Amino acid sequence: MSDIIFEERKDQIHVKGEGPFKLACNRDSLAGAVSQRACVFCGSRVVLYPIADALHLVHGPIGCAAYTWDIRGALSSGPELHRLSFSTDLQETDVIFGGEKKLYAALTELIDRHQPKAAFVYSTCIVGIIGDDLAAVCKKVSAEKGIPVIPVQSEGFKGNKREGYLAACKAMFTLMGTGDTSDISPISLNILGDFNLAGEIWIIREYFERMGIQVVANITGDGRVGDIARAHGAALNVVQCSGSTMDLAKMMKDAYGTPVVKVSYFGIEDMAEALYAVARFFKDKDPDMLARTQALVKEELAVLYPKLSQFRKDLEGKKAAIYVGGAFKAFSLIKAFRHLGMSVAIAGSQTGTPEDYEELASICDPGTIIIDDANPLELSHYLKEKDVDIFVGGVKERPIAFKLGVGFCDHNHERKEALEGFVGMYNFALEVHRTVMSPVWRFVPRRAGKALAESLDDLPKECAL
Amino acid sequence: MSSQSDIADATAVLDAEAGPLKPKPEPFVSTTNACKLCKPLGATLVFKGIEGGVPYLHGSQGCATYMRRYIISHFREPMDIASSSLGEKQAIYGGGPNLKKGLLTVMDKYGAGMIGVATTCLTETIGDDVPGILMEFRREFADLGVAPVVNVSTPSYSGTHMEGFTAAVRAVADQLATADAKTAAVNCFPGFVSCEDIRHLKDVFASFGLTATILPDYSETLDGPAVEDYEKIPSGGTPVKAIKAMGAAPATFEFGRTLSEPGEAATAGGLLASRFGVPLKRLGLPIGLRETDAFFKSLESVSCKPTPRRRALERGRLLDAFVDGHKYVSQKRCVIYGEEDLIVGLTSFMAEIGVIPVLVAGGGRSGRLEKAVRAACEGLVPEMPEVAEGVDFYDIADRARELAPDFFLGHSKGYRLAREMNVPLVRVGFPIHDRFGGQRLRHLCYQGAQELLDRVVNAMIETKQTGSDIGYGYI
Repeated sequence: MSDIIFEERKDQIHVKGEGPFKLACNRDSLAGAVSQRACVFCGSRVVLYPIADALHLVHGPIGCAAYTWDIRGALSSGPELHRLSFSTDLQETDVIFGGEKKLYAALTELIDRHQPKAAFVYSTCIVGIIGDDLAAVCKKVSAEKGIPVIPVQSEGFKGNKREGYLAACKAMFTLMGTGDTSDISPISLNILGDFNLAGEIWIIREYFERMGIQVVANITGDGRVGDIARAHGAALNVVQCSGSTMDLAKMMKDAYGTPVVKVSYFGIEDMAEALYAVARFFKDKDPDMLARTQALVKEELAVLYPKLSQFRKDLEGKKAAIYVGGAFKAFSLIKAFRHLGMSVAIAGSQTGTPEDYEELASICDPGTIIIDDANPLELSHYLKEKDVDIFVGGVKERPIAFKLGVGFCDHNHERKEALEGFVGMYNFALEVHRTVMSPVWRFVPRRAGKALAESLDDLPKECAL
Repeated sequence: MSSQSDIADATAVLDAEAGPLKPKPEPFVSTTNACKLCKPLGATLVFKGIEGGVPYLHGSQGCATYMRRYIISHFREPMDIASSSLGEKQAIYGGGPNLKKGLLTVMDKYGAGMIGVATTCLTETIGDDVPGILMEFRREFADLGVAPVVNVSTPSYSGTHMEGFTAAVRAVADQLATADAKTAAVNCFPGFVSCEDIRHLKDVFASFGLTATILPDYSETLDGPAVEDYEKIPSGGTPVKAIKAMGAAPATFEFGRTLSEPGEAATAGGLLASRFGVPLKRLGLPIGLRETDAFFKSLESVSCKPTPRRRALERGRLLDAFVDGHKYVSQKRCVIYGEEDLIVGLTSFMAEIGVIPVLVAGGGRSGRLEKAVRAACEGLVPEMPEVAEGVDFYDIADRARELAPDFFLGHSKGYRLAREMNVPLVRVGFPIHDRFGGQRLRHLCYQGAQELLDRVVNAMIETKQTGSDIGYGYI
């Protein structure tokens, strides 16, 4: 391997087919290695953020709140409280004397001002260090204001994003069991692990409703406190993005016996299988559901397939790279690229588990680079080595691709295009096609080499002087 | 029945509520939609502007990642920030070992020519002694010939990203500059300006026959060319060698009207003046006519050359455009917000062209904003703008709705307010992440003023055009 690879990270990179599959993961990021990962706070914030009628107060210095202000494309069909950035903006004196008083004052002021249905209070690194008793303040304000005020224990240094997901799940779980469930149908479900980026959850809800299912709670895209409070009344939990909300599903299973199916809404097979899995679950209660679901899928595919085959003509044989937050999304993306006639040469994630990577390795082609917790040096090295046509990742990966003259598709929580469902597969294919087929790649140094002379020796032969 | 004093108290409260925007009373309660960012972010930008420089945050992983993505959204360039990636254990036992290991990793894999270490709220609070750890590090690895490491204390629970920026510039000068080398290059500390501004400044200095050591210079590192191989550290940046010679420079130009008082060593320019006797030219950001004139006068005196004809023509064209454009903008009311030095410059410029700045607001708390704004507006506007320090967008929005400006002048974060009020937002400064090319916007000198003027005038023309029932195609 190249000198780009850090000695300490060698076992976090695997080339499919070169020896038995073994990949180290779930490890702390290497100091100084410019990891693409974020922190515990980030994990909690991304999961809870789309609950639109709750107040999200970041207890910490200004940066943590400022950098997460309205960056996601998580849409709401009603209130938009989630799009504001609230912070206690801790100052030096608060650090010395404690921030509890300020937190209390901030919560009281903001709840009076915005009348939210609940408040989430996120702790940041510094709050963990100075030891503010978040729970006590939240309890006091909750009693005074008569709404749930929930501490989210998300001190940034306590691990990586996964710990933040768990903290978010714990926080949501405290809401559950409090709402009225009397009008919930026996054929009902909660959508977990979807964040309604560009309205995606509305696409998925519509499918379920066409199948004859009541959707009780969106967790958390277009989310509402009241829906989450009665989510325990639903017959089934459908979990996408399992890394972020599987913990919540487990808690609900233990406490309320709610069964779980794990799905993905990306790509054709996974989207269809998501609907079929749900239909199978309800087949005893509603014997016609499976037929209705098949009709739905058929109808959607009849529209989608002809369009995809148009794209495929151009994209056949092109190569892609994938680097995403959770590994689960990578499976769907690999299959989606295959529908476009494309292969995947690099597949990686920030926070994959051993099981994720096993599965990833099993569906990858030989020669594919599988990588955990990568950094710009490694990513750029493999992008170049594999000479890919498009890289799928998040906002921090984009400039790496663009700088090297490689196409890019944004597939993280900041995107503003709906990529889920059958229509999402079309949007994805359209974006991949537009990107890969752009003429600009012909002119970038990667393909065209140097355009101008760098020394006298390089001057054109006809140079007269 | 209410007593007289009760009524007076109630009236005072009402007055206070309805009156001009004042800084929140201390201790203020909460911030909604901040008009500032945290201190370490400013420091990372400075370190990115040094040749071979790698910014390094001593803290937990999230800080580096968040700041990277925030900066990337504006510059659309890679922004590698290394981190100590501190976890729970280090938070308890101290982050020293991680810092040392991280530095070695960066030197080894990135081949860093300089590493700039900024602290975060975490490491400031657990009390890591960064200068001490660095001293140990240099001792332990002396045989490796380690790259220079500069450190700056940037606790994010005090001040703004601009204070982090200024502190990092000062730290670089403090820890690297000497008076040993001979140099003819003048120093320039421009503050947080765009990549295009830095390139333009170099041209301006060159047209007076001057070489300038501009610190920081991210004009290439954060706005570089397409490349064949990923550059671990992009080319460009202020050369460390030039920084080392800053103590022997014939003069320093330092921009900023809300920095510390001249003569104090709280800024890089002040420090070089007091330590090495480098003459300091403290000026406002050269935005608009008068501040640029002041800069050019200063350039004439340092270079002993008259303003070159090319620049004089730029000035003449700008004045010509002042006249051509005045009817479109005269007595239009605008709200200006953002970083303090930038908004002082913008206010000065708007006042010159007859725009009435009705509110000038920033998230910083230098205590010097109001005086600087007053000085910029003196004699040009019918009444002084309201000036607000330490405010957020909740406050700005509240006041702007009452003041009903014709347009906003500031960064992207004012967009929702401008949209709600259905008036144009002319985007300047940082961050601009809802438009293309923010890093290539020019704000400085006659040309920057020209381009900004064109944009403001066109915003007014467009508003009139789209708002008319006729659809004038000739306006």
